[in-house]
Amino acid sequence: MAHLADLLLLLVLLSGFLILGTTRLTTCIRGVAVQGGLLGLLPLALQPVPQWTAHTLGLAAGTILVKAIALPWFLTWAIREAAVRREVEPRVGYIASMALGIVAVAVASAVATRLPVPGEHPILLLATSLSCVIMGLLVLATRAKALIQVVGYLMLENGIYVFGLTSVDRVPFLVEIGVLLDIFVGVFIMGIVVFHINREFDSLDSARLTELKD
Amino acid sequence: MTGWALAGLGAMLALAPLLPGVAAKTKALLTGRRGAPVWQLYRDLLRLWRKGAVYSTRTTWMFRLAPVAGVVTPLFATMLLPLDCRAAVVRFAGDFVAFAALLALGRFLLVLAALDTGSSFEGMGASRDAAFASLVEPALFLGFVVLALGTGQRSLSAMLGGDAGTLSWGAGAPSLAMVAVSLFFVLLAESSRVPVDDPATHLELTMIHEVAVLDHSGPDLALLLYGGALRMGLFAALPVGVLVSRAGLAGPLALGALLAGTVVVAAVVGVLESSMARLRLSRVPQFLVAASVLASLGVILQLLT
Repeated sequence: MAHLADLLLLLVLLSGFLILGTTRLTTCIRGVAVQGGLLGLLPLALQPVPQWTAHTLGLAAGTILVKAIALPWFLTWAIREAAVRREVEPRVGYIASMALGIVAVAVASAVATRLPVPGEHPILLLATSLSCVIMGLLVLATRAKALIQVVGYLMLENGIYVFGLTSVDRVPFLVEIGVLLDIFVGVFIMGIVVFHINREFDSLDSARLTELKD
Repeated sequence: MTGWALAGLGAMLALAPLLPGVAAKTKALLTGRRGAPVWQLYRDLLRLWRKGAVYSTRTTWMFRLAPVAGVVTPLFATMLLPLDCRAAVVRFAGDFVAFAALLALGRFLLVLAALDTGSSFEGMGASRDAAFASLVEPALFLGFVVLALGTGQRSLSAMLGGDAGTLSWGAGAPSLAMVAVSLFFVLLAESSRVPVDDPATHLELTMIHEVAVLDHSGPDLALLLYGGALRMGLFAALPVGVLVSRAGLAGPLALGALLAGTVVVAAVVGVLESSMARLRLSRVPQFLVAASVLASLGVILQLLT
């Protein structure tokens, strides 16, 4: 079971690099959908089958439903409706982004080995969670388009979710479902905002929001 | 011990021209054509060998040196690989640096020869070849670093074969998988295959390796083609050596497994070529950096376990 979890965490990291390195908006969204799906399977992989409870099953089902199906579908809808250009147009180039990503993973791994977290956890779990957070911040900071910034926000949240798995037995089910709902609403509002920005300004470049307009 | 190592060397030298043939045949079959027989390259080599070479009056000895170096450097590099999974013909601590340096030397001399012709097309191809090679090298070295960390050994013979330093497929599996994929990307770049370069292209503006050897003819071209096939064999042997655990097999069996593995890798290259187009030239560095990223991820994972 530990190997399966390691494999899932590794694929989560690789999907992060896919988002950092891709030139296409739709690939970004697909990447974050894959990441969500993998994260949904993660609580199942972390515990052996007989220990599965309604809690883990509910968490997995909820995560997959929201992160791998609902949100990506919604983002794809936003692209289509707002007729956004399909390129990512980053402020920091793709190669530099990927290089920064690997630095992020290195730093996160170094920190993860020293981090005192209660309980026994695979070291890769902590490393992946921290790297996901940093990669999400990277996407938020270096991509001009508002829609990709939503993807960055989702990656950031995915990192926090992985960190939350270290205390999956102690956190009440309701809290986690509440968090999922919050993200859903958050992304929903962002999507609507993106849609309106596009209609008002004919562009999703968030840098242009600082320009005054009468 | 040395007997099987020498047999491995001989088999690699004799069978290397099959690999581009296998890749081309796979591509032809998958795209609905019959394709040339897999031993087409042997025929081409024979035909070119019988022809005379034409030299431009502008070229110097540098131009004639490149084809020889193009065969000799991969030949020496092959001698460093443990093909029978015991020990290579030549081995010493840190020989992976020599392995990379020999292949880089071959490329360097080829670039010089291309510049020697004074042709602008060849200069373009040479500059691309050099630029992409410099991006591939970090991936290769990071891959070697992972193997060195995983086995605690510093020679290729001990890293990829030998009984002491067998790679642990338990905890180290994810990092080894990363390295194998990264080395496969290195193979695609080093042997000028899709998506980095297209061996079948005939438009000088988009070619990389093919345009750098445009002025070579006859036996010189034969040597360069053979050297290219040998390079492909070498770089195909690396991921096979990482992925397939051959420590328990007897010498001939291990050698056979390696050769079969390289043929499988060549077929995978053919499948890839028939399923995707060459990347835009400005996107190639991104692909090569991805190989380095995978390898560095392997290093980090190896350090974590």
